[in-house]
Amino acid sequence: MNKVINKVLFNVTILLFAFLVALILGSVILLIAGVNPLFAYKAMIINPIFSVYGLSEAVVRAIPLMLVGIGISIAFRSKMINIGAEGQLQLGAVAGGAMALAFAGAPKIILIPLTLLAGFMAGGLWGGIAGWLKAKLSVNEVLSTVMLNYIAFQIYLYLIRGPLIDPAELAYGTGVPQTQRMPDSALFDRLILGQRIHSGIFVAILIAILVYYLLWKTSFGFRLRAVGEEPKAAKYAGIKVNKYLVLAMILSGGLAGIAGSVEVIGVHHRVLEGLSANYGFTGIVVALFGSLHPIGVIPASFFFGLLLIGAEMMQRAVDIPSAIVISIQGLVILSVVSSNIILRNPAYRKKFEKLIFNKKLLFWR
Amino acid sequence: MTMASYFQIITNMLAVAVALSAPYIFAAIGEMFSQKSGVLNLGVEGIMMLGAFTAFYFSWAYDNILLGIVMAMVVGILMGLLMAIVSITLKADQGISGIGVYMLGWGIASTLFRLFIGGVQSISGLQDLQIPILGQIPYLGKILFQHNIMVYLALLLVPASWYILYKTPWGLKVRAVGTTPRAADTMGINVIKTRYQCVIIGSMLAGLGGAFLSVAQANMFANDLIAGRGFIAIALVYFGRWEPLGVLKGALLFSLANAFQRWFQISGISFPYEITVVFPYVLIIVVLAFSYKKFSEPTALTVPYDREFKG
Repeated sequence: MNKVINKVLFNVTILLFAFLVALILGSVILLIAGVNPLFAYKAMIINPIFSVYGLSEAVVRAIPLMLVGIGISIAFRSKMINIGAEGQLQLGAVAGGAMALAFAGAPKIILIPLTLLAGFMAGGLWGGIAGWLKAKLSVNEVLSTVMLNYIAFQIYLYLIRGPLIDPAELAYGTGVPQTQRMPDSALFDRLILGQRIHSGIFVAILIAILVYYLLWKTSFGFRLRAVGEEPKAAKYAGIKVNKYLVLAMILSGGLAGIAGSVEVIGVHHRVLEGLSANYGFTGIVVALFGSLHPIGVIPASFFFGLLLIGAEMMQRAVDIPSAIVISIQGLVILSVVSSNIILRNPAYRKKFEKLIFNKKLLFWR
Repeated sequence: MTMASYFQIITNMLAVAVALSAPYIFAAIGEMFSQKSGVLNLGVEGIMMLGAFTAFYFSWAYDNILLGIVMAMVVGILMGLLMAIVSITLKADQGISGIGVYMLGWGIASTLFRLFIGGVQSISGLQDLQIPILGQIPYLGKILFQHNIMVYLALLLVPASWYILYKTPWGLKVRAVGTTPRAADTMGINVIKTRYQCVIIGSMLAGLGGAFLSVAQANMFANDLIAGRGFIAIALVYFGRWEPLGVLKGALLFSLANAFQRWFQISGISFPYEITVVFPYVLIIVVLAFSYKKFSEPTALTVPYDREFKG
């Protein structure tokens, strides 16, 4: 147990250091933009903590980020760089929405799982395509998932403009591209009156625990991780590498798809344009910040949920564009992947342990 | 329709295709240098966005397109330096670090766009050169000799990069560090330095490609101006089998398909709009699926070089 604690402590320290480096580099951008970095960071990270609205909205964003982040962790663990979560999420949203509308009369206990399943299948199909292309035809998955993102977005728009558009929009001639309101029996309950935080958070945490169990306590998960760690050794050990690549991508896309349907029945209650606020990309940052571990992704998603709503509140309050948070996320990715040179080196960990344990910096020992 | 009007349509389409191919050529030839040296730079899209924004901003604010283009190249160099530090010196996973560069460029470009420009603005942009005599050749003149100067620059880049890669000592070094870095190191070639040079040149060209889109094609900047062209350029490197001529062929074919799609959209033939928009992206997936041959890939691609490794 002690060993686990040491490892987690080491990882967290390095990650926080990497985040600090990203913030320092980000302040260069803020200075170019003519913004005081300390002011901006306080507005982004500290301010949302002090209001119910800020905290509730942070969780609202953490829910899809958690699901997408877990999915991306699965893909990255098998060395599939899935950056198609954005498209997988959108297709999951539209499939889930269509399912909820089609079986509007069903009771909640059936309709919600059915909706999530539809989201999983649509996202899983989209991820699976990229997995299959990689396994069979050696198509670079980064490129294929990017292209599939653009294609998914057009399918999504076509569906909510055409076949799935709210009949009321057509009747009034307004033509806003969105579906009908979801039936009440498909909706997640709101947890606080007047705020958008919803019970989807429990589903997301439950899935995180299930995926942890799947990846670390079953032979399926062991094989999936082995494929990513050492593909040649996995192959010699008789693991069907290609099969696991495709399965990892199906799971990864499926979770992004669930995130999409959760957004529909938890937040927007319709399928509408602009449903995904780049969650597919922020999910990559969340996955990396969570050390590609389903349990690590939970705090990471809350953290970045806070950052996203903080950036939005900052834009509304002082008109600093919230897009700045995208560049900070980019910097976080760069500093976290760079910190691997420290994380993967056992010598550094030894030094770190010596530093905190031998010098009795930890007062509880 | 008469025969002549068919010729007219085809001529126009080919002329559009040549112009459309320029940003792909810049970005893809740049990416080819990077990959030839063993570094997969997936951040091209973000660098193009930042290059497009920078070129537009300086052209708009200072009324100087040349300044804009130069600044886009400078920004490309800086982004390349960052990518090189992260993926060569710090040996980060190139698949992921490129996405960081992508998001960084995307975020900076859209933040500064909103702050400094605010909304839709347009500039007059680079004008087409009217080349005497050659430009007057029927059909061919329209296709090849009535473009702006950056199109010619892009077309010249192809033989130039071929010459550099295959006929100069530096080109030999680039190919050596991308295939057998250890042997190259033993021969006294500085692997790290050569890779840095290639990644930085590649990013500079990506910045130039972005600049082309904003100051020589659209004459404006918008957040969705690049629309995946950076990733498509990377795909064209695979399609072109890491050869300048192959990249040119890919860029021209792809642009021709695009020009056809544009013509199709305005031709009045009723067809779902979404399918025509999706067409180029589907085409790229198909191209990737059928063009991949492992043997032509630089063997050390994505493998960071570590002198200490004892394996």
